[in-house]
Amino acid sequence: MVRDITLGQFLPGHSFIHKMDARAKILLLMAIVVFIFVAGNYVSLLMMTIVSLLIVLMTRIKFRMYLKSMKVILFVIIFTGLINVFYGSGEVLWEWQFIRITWGGIHNAIFVIIRIITLVMVSSVLTFTTSPSDLTDAIERLLKPLKIFHVKVHEIAMMMTIALRFIPVLLEETDKIMNAQKARGADMESGGIIRRVKALMPVLIPLFVSSFRRANDLAMAMECRCYNGGNGRTRMKVLHFSWRDLAAAIFLLLTFAGVIVCNIFVPAVM
Amino acid sequence: MSAFIEVKDLFFRYEEAENTPFALDGVNLTIDKGSFVAIVGHNGSGKSTLAKHFNSLYLPTTGDVLVEGMNTKDDEHLFDIRKSVGLVLQNPDNQIVAGIVEEDVAFGCENLGIPPKEIRQRVDEALRAVDMYEYRRHSPDKLSGGQKQRIAIAGIIAMEPVCIVLDEPTAMLDPQGRDEVIQTIQKLNREKGITIILITHYMEEAVLADRVVMIDSGKVFLDGTPREVFANVGLLKQHRLDVPQATELNAKLRNCGFDLPECVLGEEECAEALFRLLKPAGKEDIPTEE
Repeated sequence: MVRDITLGQFLPGHSFIHKMDARAKILLLMAIVVFIFVAGNYVSLLMMTIVSLLIVLMTRIKFRMYLKSMKVILFVIIFTGLINVFYGSGEVLWEWQFIRITWGGIHNAIFVIIRIITLVMVSSVLTFTTSPSDLTDAIERLLKPLKIFHVKVHEIAMMMTIALRFIPVLLEETDKIMNAQKARGADMESGGIIRRVKALMPVLIPLFVSSFRRANDLAMAMECRCYNGGNGRTRMKVLHFSWRDLAAAIFLLLTFAGVIVCNIFVPAVM
Repeated sequence: MSAFIEVKDLFFRYEEAENTPFALDGVNLTIDKGSFVAIVGHNGSGKSTLAKHFNSLYLPTTGDVLVEGMNTKDDEHLFDIRKSVGLVLQNPDNQIVAGIVEEDVAFGCENLGIPPKEIRQRVDEALRAVDMYEYRRHSPDKLSGGQKQRIAIAGIIAMEPVCIVLDEPTAMLDPQGRDEVIQTIQKLNREKGITIILITHYMEEAVLADRVVMIDSGKVFLDGTPREVFANVGLLKQHRLDVPQATELNAKLRNCGFDLPECVLGEEECAEALFRLLKPAGKEDIPTEE
């Protein structure tokens, strides 16, 4: 069950998006996220949604994978949607005591749901098409200016690499420990939420202990391989911008311009 | 062959306190360049502690460890020592740093500041040396234990060390994974001339080495070719070590007064010795199987 999580998973491929520079992908993703929120009416939101869908298609990854990552946050989508339905102004459609459904609320809900879905989709594109080490490498490069403020950029990137590497290892271990405790008669599936959380303690403690043991081993293995922080370190794969990144940037800039124009000429819904 | 690692009067204890016992209690050892040495001992005998002295992860309490004449206590030579003596640990999962096989193999080279093009070459070569080239784009958590351990070995080879120390590399593997790793080690020793120090408690693996060193309670008890060491079945048993079954059978029969060689290694040799003993007079050759 814990292994179904697709968020943050890398799916190797050879598409246009796969071949883009990781730094460009991060920057453009951030811009897309901003503009998904800038889009204030249905026309501009539709534009952003179409562009996002286009990007998703360009990754040539099965749509099923995107749906899987959506499943994880299905609850969030439904919940925020429902909340928004009740918090709107405008023409009242239905009223019962203090609960009121308005046209504004319904519009809000639709907007928020589309925004969250597009957001998750484009974020998944980044993690699906970028290898974890490219991603951390790109973050390290993008954060480099922060070094002036004594932020330990390389160390942060290294921690991310290691965290990503050990997620599957620890998930597998959790499964193993759970089974081991079940074999000893531990009951983890019944009872209220408090009882279930309490039942997790015998899983978390061994997991914690073994993580420390792993950390110790890993530190030793890294030392054996002459790890000495970021100074004087080279990389096997050097990131470099190509025509693809330029093309993507130009295309997105045009879209953003379109969104702004739409925002000016079409009246905002909210 | 010239001495590569010299261990001189090595004493080591984990804690500073005077009355704690020594984990290593006066070890003297010389390891030649290009040799394949197995260090055997039961759990807690100090063999892993010794392994961690070879690349200055641990420093002697008293005594010295010299790698190509460089003292492991000398901070200046730390990276030169770690570059020439690579260490592979027991648990393959815990020594893989990156999420992609080839990127993990490159990790050591990246730390050494080697230019990207050369890293690429070294990584490809190292992956071919351990027969894992086809898996270079895979994620390590989808590989078997033996494959992961070979990746860990490749990560060390890419740094082009003179010597690889393997600290019970097969302890957590299934028989097939164990075979893969041992074959890889033998190949590296023979074809690339890399010095191998194999820490193990599987005697079947120790038999394959040029030299076996038996350690117990931090002291060297036996040191010689596998044939010399395994002739001391009684002593090995006393130190809670197993002896390959064929060797033990031979030793027991010899004790009963049968005319058998002093030591046999492996089943085939044992069978041959028994055949010589039992063969009817007149026949000279071992019959070939039909």
